[in-house]
Amino acid sequence: MSLWAEVAVAVLLVSSGLFVLVSALGFARLPDFFLRMHPPALAYTVGSWCVSFAGALYFSLLEGRLALHPLLVIAALGVTVPVTTLLLARVALFRRRAAGAPDTPPPLTPPRAP
Amino acid sequence: MSPLLSGAIVFTLGCYAVASVLVLVRLVRGPRAQDRVFALDLLYFHAMLVMLVLGIRHQSDVYFEAALLIALFSFVSSSAMAKFILRGEVIE
Repeated sequence: MSLWAEVAVAVLLVSSGLFVLVSALGFARLPDFFLRMHPPALAYTVGSWCVSFAGALYFSLLEGRLALHPLLVIAALGVTVPVTTLLLARVALFRRRAAGAPDTPPPLTPPRAP
Repeated sequence: MSPLLSGAIVFTLGCYAVASVLVLVRLVRGPRAQDRVFALDLLYFHAMLVMLVLGIRHQSDVYFEAALLIALFSFVSSSAMAKFILRGEVIE
């Protein structure tokens, strides 16, 4: 494998590690749950994209053919991560409303009759 | 495997390890249940990234399938736990 390809794969891997580290740092340090939901988006997008592109580049050059299967991880994460994040945001909002926090926004739809 | 690439892989795995420890701190400390569920989801995600990097390290495709399986398990478990916290039932 040529030198520039190894440099490209190494740069992608190292940047992914740094992005994941920064996002975990934000997740551990920010004070509120709704603030804390933002830094993992960095890892979910840039971190996984960098690793997937590094894998696709490495396996393509290693096997001498186009190997795009690591990009399937991007598709799987793009489908599943927003659902999980939205559910957890709704959980946090629901519990905050149930606890009677003063600055909680009201529900958009009126509560259904039992 | 050249020294450049193996060094980059070791550095990346070290970054993931430190990030997992930080997320683990939040998992232990996290004041509410949703913090712990989110931290568990992130731990799954870090395990999936480690699988992808190990696939590059060992030049094998089997790790990639393990990574996809971990992604699916992470989705199912996190959404089931979130649904349980929200409604008190997983399947109503």
